[in-house]
Amino acid sequence: MSTAPPSSTPADDTFKGYRGPGRAVLERFHVGVWSEVELDSTRGSFRGLILPRSETADDQHIVLKLASGYNIGIAADSIHAVRETGRRVAHYKIPEKEFPHDPKKPNVMLFGTGGTIASRLDYRTGAVIPAFSPGELYGSVPELADICNLRTEKLFGVFSENMGPEQYIQLAEQIGEEIRQGTSGIVIGHGTDTMHHTAAILTFMVQNPPVPIVMVGSQRSSDRPSSDAAINLQCAVKAAAEGDIAEVLVCMFGPTSDEYNLLHRGTRVRKMHSSYRSTFRTLSDIPVAMISPREIIPLRQDYRRRRADRDVVVNTAFEERVTILYYYPNMRPDIVDAIVEKGYRGIVIAGTGLGHINKPLYPAIKRAVDAGVHIYMTVQTLWGYCGMYVYDTGRDLMTLGIVPASNMLPEVAYMKLCWVLGQTDDRVEVQRLMLTPVSDEITEREPYNGYLVYQGGIPEVQEFLRSIKR
Amino acid sequence: MPLPFKSFDDMTPDDYANIGLKVGLEVHQQLLTRRKLFCRCPAGRYSDAYDAVILRHMRPTLSELGEYDGTALMEKKTRKNIYYRIHHDTVCTYEFDDTPPFFIDDEALDIALEICLLLRLNLVSELHIARKQYLDGSIPTGFQRTGILGTDGWIPFGDRRIRIRQLSIEEDACREVSDVGHDRVYLTDRLGMPLIETVTEPDMRTPQEAAAVGQILRRLARSTGKVRTGYGAGRQDVNVSVAGGQRCEIKGTPQIWRNPRLIYNEARRQCSLLYIRGLLHERGVRPETFAWAHQDVTAIVSKTDYEPLRAAIAAGQVVRCVVLRGFAGLLNEPTQEHTTFAKEFSDRVRVIACLTQLPNLIHSDMASETLAGRDWKQLRRRLRAEHGDALLLVWGNAADTETACHEIALRAKEATIGVPNDTRQAYKDGTNGFERVLPGAERMYPDTDLPPLAIRQERLDRIAARLPEFVWDREARYHALGLPSDVLPALSAPRLAALFDRLTGELGLPPRFVAVLLGQRLKALRRRGVPVETLTPEEIYAVCAAHAKGRLSREGVPVVLRLAAEHAPVAGGAEAARVAAVFAEHNFTPLTDAELDEAISRRLARLDSRKFATPQQKARFLCGLILDDYVGRIPAAQVVQRVAARLPVAAPVSSQP
Repeated sequence: MSTAPPSSTPADDTFKGYRGPGRAVLERFHVGVWSEVELDSTRGSFRGLILPRSETADDQHIVLKLASGYNIGIAADSIHAVRETGRRVAHYKIPEKEFPHDPKKPNVMLFGTGGTIASRLDYRTGAVIPAFSPGELYGSVPELADICNLRTEKLFGVFSENMGPEQYIQLAEQIGEEIRQGTSGIVIGHGTDTMHHTAAILTFMVQNPPVPIVMVGSQRSSDRPSSDAAINLQCAVKAAAEGDIAEVLVCMFGPTSDEYNLLHRGTRVRKMHSSYRSTFRTLSDIPVAMISPREIIPLRQDYRRRRADRDVVVNTAFEERVTILYYYPNMRPDIVDAIVEKGYRGIVIAGTGLGHINKPLYPAIKRAVDAGVHIYMTVQTLWGYCGMYVYDTGRDLMTLGIVPASNMLPEVAYMKLCWVLGQTDDRVEVQRLMLTPVSDEITEREPYNGYLVYQGGIPEVQEFLRSIKR
Repeated sequence: MPLPFKSFDDMTPDDYANIGLKVGLEVHQQLLTRRKLFCRCPAGRYSDAYDAVILRHMRPTLSELGEYDGTALMEKKTRKNIYYRIHHDTVCTYEFDDTPPFFIDDEALDIALEICLLLRLNLVSELHIARKQYLDGSIPTGFQRTGILGTDGWIPFGDRRIRIRQLSIEEDACREVSDVGHDRVYLTDRLGMPLIETVTEPDMRTPQEAAAVGQILRRLARSTGKVRTGYGAGRQDVNVSVAGGQRCEIKGTPQIWRNPRLIYNEARRQCSLLYIRGLLHERGVRPETFAWAHQDVTAIVSKTDYEPLRAAIAAGQVVRCVVLRGFAGLLNEPTQEHTTFAKEFSDRVRVIACLTQLPNLIHSDMASETLAGRDWKQLRRRLRAEHGDALLLVWGNAADTETACHEIALRAKEATIGVPNDTRQAYKDGTNGFERVLPGAERMYPDTDLPPLAIRQERLDRIAARLPEFVWDREARYHALGLPSDVLPALSAPRLAALFDRLTGELGLPPRFVAVLLGQRLKALRRRGVPVETLTPEEIYAVCAAHAKGRLSREGVPVVLRLAAEHAPVAGGAEAARVAAVFAEHNFTPLTDAELDEAISRRLARLDSRKFATPQQKARFLCGLILDDYVGRIPAAQVVQRVAARLPVAAPVSSQP
């Protein structure tokens, strides 16, 4: 908190977020945002600091911060007098300290894309907005300096749902460049909603990396004391700086407890809960490693090791006219026709069970294939393989030209088809690329512990929950 | 005020005025709702059982205005592992911060607004939920969701007003199970319960006033009939300061009667700290000249016989010694009853350095039962301690003892400044101890998970229309009726207040009779194990109506109430069906004079063979027999009178058999 003369506030900030009756009251009494006021209303008198109004909130109220730190709203039409007693401009700033440099420590690059890993409050929307710099990160997570020399670069400031090909391509190229410059590891701060989409496409676009490429985010923003951001960052930075796993990884909470994180392979990971900390899970397989700020414990040995060379292959091909069709009973063929009509070149179907859709769709599927559209089948059960030889339905579908995508997750198949169709339109070559795994997007076997969704309430599961802190 | 401080019993209002005592209250009251405040979990279910445990840590964050809070920084130093015990039936993923909040519970909001209206607060037009940081872990999010509903109200107190600063609606925190070393364990069942916090201005001038105002606020909340009662449902924090001191908050005792002694001890502590500051300044120890040093002294004391140290060293722990320049002799200065200045240091070491096993420090002002004289001498040499310096020793693991030394120095420097702003915990003996640094406005954040909620006039009008009478107005009315003062609080409770009005109004029964019946007789029956809580207002009304219509004597009223309460439920019956059943099963028809005379004659005949020491005794015995046999059917006075007439030699007997 510091006091600044009114001139330091840009003129258009005086009524920040206020419109309609709210703004009219401020104008009428010659006060604005950051005015300390005494205000008389039909519900009594109030004293406080006028705060900016969230633009998504109504235009009927003035927001006051009381001396106690609480905010309240006063209805504009109830106000009959406002007296300004002073001004107090708030500057929200994370204490910024220069990130220390230690020549003995590995260099790590942190790319920012937005999301809640590094965020602060936005008065305009009342929501959290992305923001970070090495200094700010050091100010809030000083432990990072024990691990590495950190540089950061904010590539974009978007929530993860707004990530798209433009960002994927830029990100992949920056990663390639950074690797060629000799970095020891790369961390990518990313919103969690589509982190697994980005992890998948980066796996295809940046192949054979000699160093770890670790994606990280947080389920509780860093403006909360219970945030998972600090632990996630420490683990991700550790994996990038010291880890031996030179793959695209997602580093997020293992259990909901603050105990350890998991390193998931970018092609087998998925966000599985809308709000849990431990939302990311490796499906139909096990994660690559457990990690905490103290240690990395590999859970398997079949990962690509860190190398000294810089022989990374960056291929940013991307075809945007691809879609996912999530099948439901009674789906009508006109949906498929519409997709073809709109010029789409690839469709990933998330089918039922082993990879099925209903019969009425068959003619439309045939028309699509005849029109040159590439159609791949995945399963909406998420766990398990397509098994299109098991029932007649499956065999019929393959005859029509639908290609089963084995146990590729629907979102991963989508990203891969975008990437493949960006390179070729040849049906045989597309199929070869799609079905040749780059990094376990298709696995040859599903281990017995690859499908574990515990069922609560069952005595042995309850015992597990009671005795092992999760 | 000159030291030594007067005892609690000897303190007068003038004494408190002389030290400039100011007391304010923060009254927490759980609301009687079906659900918790921000999720759909059932409210008010408590159980020590648990199905799972979750581990979390807390990190401080910046407030909305860009500042770290002092409490936040303190809690960061303590590095606690916080374990939450989770029970399937009482907690969902909201409470342990894996699901965002749902909309605020409407029922809770209505009750809170009702109490706001009773406190004459200026109501906000829009509720903004804030996050109030609590890094002790008592809430898994690290903050409490809370919002202001009203500001600047008042309640009458004697001939003055006690100002109410604000009322907020908020979620309750966890119950602590244990806090040992770096591990703190919480139960989560209470977490998220709807609560209001009423904050007064520091308008109370004596500890007794603070207790009286606390009672008024409690009764006011209860007068709505919509707040929870029982242990822990209402808790009061007390803010205390003296002239030249600082506001310190003593965290809630659930029992108001304990507050005066807590306030006295806090006032005394603050005066003592100011006195100690004076002594330090006389010695030239000021914030800018304050000096200290610390060292690992494990080797020096390795052969000690002092058991706590010996055991620590045997367990491989280290011992560190702090020297505070110019502090000799002060550590034994009394601060509260049975408490010395050294406790200020011990508390900080316990809370912040997590050295929770007591004793957790010894010092050079202690009598010789700790270290041997030669050990102290050697320590003094090693720390270069002069005669006027004090030494303190702590033991534990390396990191914690290091933290402890810095914390001791920090507290010592504060002593040269005055009274630190603390949140303090209440002890049963009326003293208090350090809990955490008092948090400030810096710990407030807007809650970005919930949009602001407009409090519309229609809602307030609807609530205002059903507002209960002010509890002080009702008590004044009772007082004017000449009712015994000890029944007033009970009668002001919403259930009985409404009944009182109907019994005295509709039935025209004498207020005093009704007051004693509702305020004392029912309680007496409950003490005897009668389930009077099962009696509905309608049942009590029906019994009283029978009395009012002459169908039941005065004495019969509690008898029928007892029988009705103990009667099995009547299936499908009307509202007062149990009372009707009691009347049907027993004869309560008033005795006629002829029936009474006949009853007396029959019993007199049986008494011929018995010997009595005096005729009065015989009369009394006879009265007792008849009243027992015809309970509720005839007033006692009438029996006494009639028996006296039949046994003239015996007159007079006392009016009560």
